[in-house]
Amino acid sequence: MDEANVDRQDTLTAQLRKRFANAGGDFTLDVTFTINPGITIVFGPSGAGKTTLLDCIAGLTIPDSGKITVGERILFDHTRGTNTPVQSRRLGYVFQDLALFPHLTVRKNVEYGLAGFDKEKMERRKKSDTILESFRISHLRDRKPAEISGGERQRVALARALVTDPCVLLLDEPLAALDAATKSKIIDDLRSWNAAHGIPILYVTHNREEVFALGDRVLVLENGRIIADGTPHGVMAAPRRESLAQLIGFENIFHAVVTAAHEDRGTMTCRIADSNLELDTPLVRAETGSALLIGIRAGDILLATVQPVGLSARNIIPGRLLSLEQRDVIVAARVNCGVEMEVHLTLAARDSLQLKPGREVWLIVKTHSCHLMAAG
Amino acid sequence: MDWQAFWLTIRLAVIVAAVLAVIGLPIAYWIAYSRWRWKFLAEALVALPIVLPPTVLGFYVLVALGSRSPLGRAWQSLTGHTLAFTFGGLVIGSIIYSLPFAVQPFAASFALVDPKLIAASSTLGASKLKTFSRVILPLSLPGLVTGVALSFAHTLGEFGVVLMVGGNIPGVTRTVSIDIYDQVQALNYTSANQTALVLLAISFAALCLVYGVNRKVGAVWPWK
Repeated sequence: MDEANVDRQDTLTAQLRKRFANAGGDFTLDVTFTINPGITIVFGPSGAGKTTLLDCIAGLTIPDSGKITVGERILFDHTRGTNTPVQSRRLGYVFQDLALFPHLTVRKNVEYGLAGFDKEKMERRKKSDTILESFRISHLRDRKPAEISGGERQRVALARALVTDPCVLLLDEPLAALDAATKSKIIDDLRSWNAAHGIPILYVTHNREEVFALGDRVLVLENGRIIADGTPHGVMAAPRRESLAQLIGFENIFHAVVTAAHEDRGTMTCRIADSNLELDTPLVRAETGSALLIGIRAGDILLATVQPVGLSARNIIPGRLLSLEQRDVIVAARVNCGVEMEVHLTLAARDSLQLKPGREVWLIVKTHSCHLMAAG
Repeated sequence: MDWQAFWLTIRLAVIVAAVLAVIGLPIAYWIAYSRWRWKFLAEALVALPIVLPPTVLGFYVLVALGSRSPLGRAWQSLTGHTLAFTFGGLVIGSIIYSLPFAVQPFAASFALVDPKLIAASSTLGASKLKTFSRVILPLSLPGLVTGVALSFAHTLGEFGVVLMVGGNIPGVTRTVSIDIYDQVQALNYTSANQTALVLLAISFAALCLVYGVNRKVGAVWPWK
């Protein structure tokens, strides 16, 4: 084993503050956390400070105050005046736009970070061959970044960062531009790499699917502060603040009251305020009669033109179609069913169902598509 | 045509372009990446030869090289002769005169390199020198060619500085543009025209090189 393996299993600890003053007002990143080996998601809307956080850890941005350590190693300590230069921090950083060197081949890109560590050319070759193999990009080694696909570029960027045996991996929305299938394959490869290496990985995203698909733990960042911290299901499913729901992108948010809790079945019944509409929702810790917010994403609702039977979904709601509006490749339908709901359809669905405003429809919402949040 | 003047001019331009390629790079690097608040002063100083009358520049260079200045005296005590009215003096004057024509294209092309690539290089453990030689320099190649070609072409045609610093000594400081001037003074228009045409052709070729390497991505090569 080489020396780089010695300080494995280290945790990343950061306590930092960074203030930016600009024309749009002040922004302050102010966070404290400790991260164990494994994937930790940093989730938040754009402008929440996610990239600034990664830049501070990498040393590309100098915090105003605080301390950053990996295991015993101090990367930054304001009070002691310690600031390890970027090139000596031994962190892997995959940028949002990947930043592959356009003039170098895939192999040269991957070997770029090795030159300083391994003087031996054969050793370097062997290492790059191994990582190219494990990220399934060996056949691309002589191509330039412009000559390969988006998914392949992501793999090259990951391989380039990981081949240097970093103590921490920072990923800034590395898979944002990819389709779901490519994404999950890359995630599998990353997971199996880290099963063998066990380093802390900070994975920044604003995509909620990735939160569930990837993370052992999620930190929710909003306006420069960590507003939630826990397992993806704990953080994303439990009651929480409305601002969080909006950033996740619920088109439908209703005030509701808990009318009954079914502990044995793990569900509750909630009535939407100012209507007779009752919805079956997942069970959360909330008293009967207490107020909640229910968030339903427009893409999670099914629409039927005849009353459906024999479905597992618990919420089948009659209503009337108010309007249809095409937005790029989706159709946003507004339906009055006691309250107004937005439903997203494909163009093909609209055409084959021959939908017109005024038509009688049924909305189908699964129990677990109703997301509950604390009101206010 | 005066071939002696011609080769002397080529020799001068090659030396000046080569020296500027070496000293221009660190200056341009500093101008592109320094965050010093008074940087604009240095930028203005480097650009000064563009607007300064060549005779003014030449005058100060002549004074600085002369035996009354500390610099000139030091050189004289070292070598036994002054730099004024020598080929070496000509080289120094020309380097200063053509400095912005090398530094500005260098600095402009450095500034165009995606800062993310520089950040990526340093997160991969590369020193500043390695980042410069393996990322910044190769990605700035068109700017480097431009700077070298412009300083070459600019030196080729200079007149005022040469006259002030070098005078008109055949085989030592007499360049093509001074030769043309002499021939026109002697009403020798045919010979002046021949020499002028050669200079015109070389300058045009140098500029074709500059615009050729700076063509937009996706442009088609004319011979394909």
